[in-house]
Amino acid sequence: MNKREFLKSMQGLILFFPAAGVLSALGVEVSAQETSAQPGSAAAYNPQDHLYGMGIEIDKCIGCNRCVEACKAENDVPQDDAHYRTWVERYVIKKDGEVAVVNISGSAAAAREGMPEDADILRTFFVPKLCNQCVNPPCVQVCPVGATFSTEDGVVLVDANRCIGCSYCIQACPYGARYMNPRTKTADKCTFCYHRVRQGLLPACVEVCPTQARVFGDLRSKASRLVRFARMNKIHVLKPALNTEPKVYYAQLDGEVR
Amino acid sequence: MNLEATARLSEMMTQVTGFIYPNEIEIHWSILIVVYPYITGLVAGAFILASLENVFNVEEVRPTYRLALLTALSFMVVAPLPLLMHLGHPERFYEILLAPNLTSAMAMFGFVYGWYLMGVLLLEVWFEFRQDLIILARRAPVPMRWVYRAASLFSNDVSQAARAFDDKAIRVITIVGIPSAFLLHGYVGFIFGSVKANPWWSSVLIPIVFLMSAIVSGIALVIFLYMILAALRKEPVDMRCLDTMTSYLFYAVIVDFTLEALDFTHRLYESEESVRILGTLIRQKLFMSLIVLQVLIGMLVPLAILIVAKWRKLGDDGRRLLYFTAVILIQMGIFSTRWNIVIGGQLFSKSFRGLMAYKMEITGIEGFLTALGLLVLPFVVLAVLIKVLPTRPLGEEVHTPA
Repeated sequence: MNKREFLKSMQGLILFFPAAGVLSALGVEVSAQETSAQPGSAAAYNPQDHLYGMGIEIDKCIGCNRCVEACKAENDVPQDDAHYRTWVERYVIKKDGEVAVVNISGSAAAAREGMPEDADILRTFFVPKLCNQCVNPPCVQVCPVGATFSTEDGVVLVDANRCIGCSYCIQACPYGARYMNPRTKTADKCTFCYHRVRQGLLPACVEVCPTQARVFGDLRSKASRLVRFARMNKIHVLKPALNTEPKVYYAQLDGEVR
Repeated sequence: MNLEATARLSEMMTQVTGFIYPNEIEIHWSILIVVYPYITGLVAGAFILASLENVFNVEEVRPTYRLALLTALSFMVVAPLPLLMHLGHPERFYEILLAPNLTSAMAMFGFVYGWYLMGVLLLEVWFEFRQDLIILARRAPVPMRWVYRAASLFSNDVSQAARAFDDKAIRVITIVGIPSAFLLHGYVGFIFGSVKANPWWSSVLIPIVFLMSAIVSGIALVIFLYMILAALRKEPVDMRCLDTMTSYLFYAVIVDFTLEALDFTHRLYESEESVRILGTLIRQKLFMSLIVLQVLIGMLVPLAILIVAKWRKLGDDGRRLLYFTAVILIQMGIFSTRWNIVIGGQLFSKSFRGLMAYKMEITGIEGFLTALGLLVLPFVVLAVLIKVLPTRPLGEEVHTPA
């Protein structure tokens, strides 16, 4: 096949690119609709009808960090390297078996440098992390005053007006998903953008992800994108042996990821 | 966030080795949370020593009974302070007492502490000192007379029958008190031992290790205080009492050491996912505080000292010197134990891929000086209590060694 033939054969594909954009936009709209009965009508919202979760397709993540930026902006997360509701890890598994992991969401130079030669790399990938919104959350179990709790629609939240700031929940979280908010001096974490979800919107990180590596949805809805995600992929969760039953599901999760 | 905190965090970041989850850079349970189990351990240990005389009728330790009781009380009143001061919102502390989350080990604090202070310690102290308070109230001049009157709760009965009732009550309280003391410190251990996310803490042995080390530190503290007090008052030390107490101390250290060795061996032998990072943790971060201070200087050396003191038939002076050295070393060792558990458990990432650093503040509410103040405070309380309350029942002769 020469260059001319190749380009001709690609014509069809190129024509389809805009269509792909339209389709993905439609997809976002569909998933937005499933998050509540009627977008904007909070009064009609019945939390018992929903159970939220997130799917993450590792192979789609390009490590662009837009999710992290969107999250920090949306939720007023401190703009430093020590407080994250979501972050992205880069795994580099070398041929000699050595595993190098960095948090690429930080401003630290380590995120950019220290990449081994291509020839030495066996495989490499990005893993977005966030609160796993566990079904059996250890943080909720240990909170001495019940300031952190599970909602009926499956989200673990912190009541900043009740939290006494003892940090026990931070110790109990196996995923490092919690931090002490330096402004409020209370525990803080990912809420699945509960304020948005309740209004029929997607979490900020899902909304901005350019590759749709993140899929948000309702496990109680058959038409949910998340249910479809779980049907189409072999999925896995982080640290299953701890019996926390995470509701963040990973597709193509590597055994090295903890 | 203030600039100082930001600077601290970025300094900490330079000391991270390997990979940690980004939120893990901050060490949340500081030196104050090291002080808390240390102080509670002293309470439980001192009380258990005091109970020996009452329940098990060990007459030899009688001279230290009241001292042990007052020591337990002084440390008990200070015990909640480090907890309170480390909270992000100390003004909401009452929430733990009023609206405890019943699945939380930490929420049991209110019940356990309240029960132990009100139901056990204060009651026993009151029954033990009631007689003397009445006598003192009759002797003392005006301002102190009122204090003694109030402290005796305006009781006035010094009859034989009342005395017999006091003794009976004390016996009952002690019998209830021993399991309560176990509960108090076992519960503190459970706070750590039940965190399944943290392999350094998560162990069913932790509450028991806490308990045994509490008994060790409590006995060592009372021996220390007894010797200091005798020196200050220029009174002779009852060597029979001292020999008995150090024997108990010796056996308690052996049991404690055995349990910790078992825990260590068990982890090493099972060799779970976390074993590598924990090995690195011990080698790189805890070598000094765990191997040198806790095990070598805080346990093996004092054991050797106690063996020498017991078996070499040394004179009273020689034994006293060795005992005194041993209890100080043991005390330091137990403090290191608390440090290694609390701080050590926060120095490795839950990703098992890296280590963090802890840099103690000097000033500041969670700093070294606060911790030091909190460790000195119980001694101040104790000094006041000893000043006000007689450590020997009034009318009893000074026991001189044969």
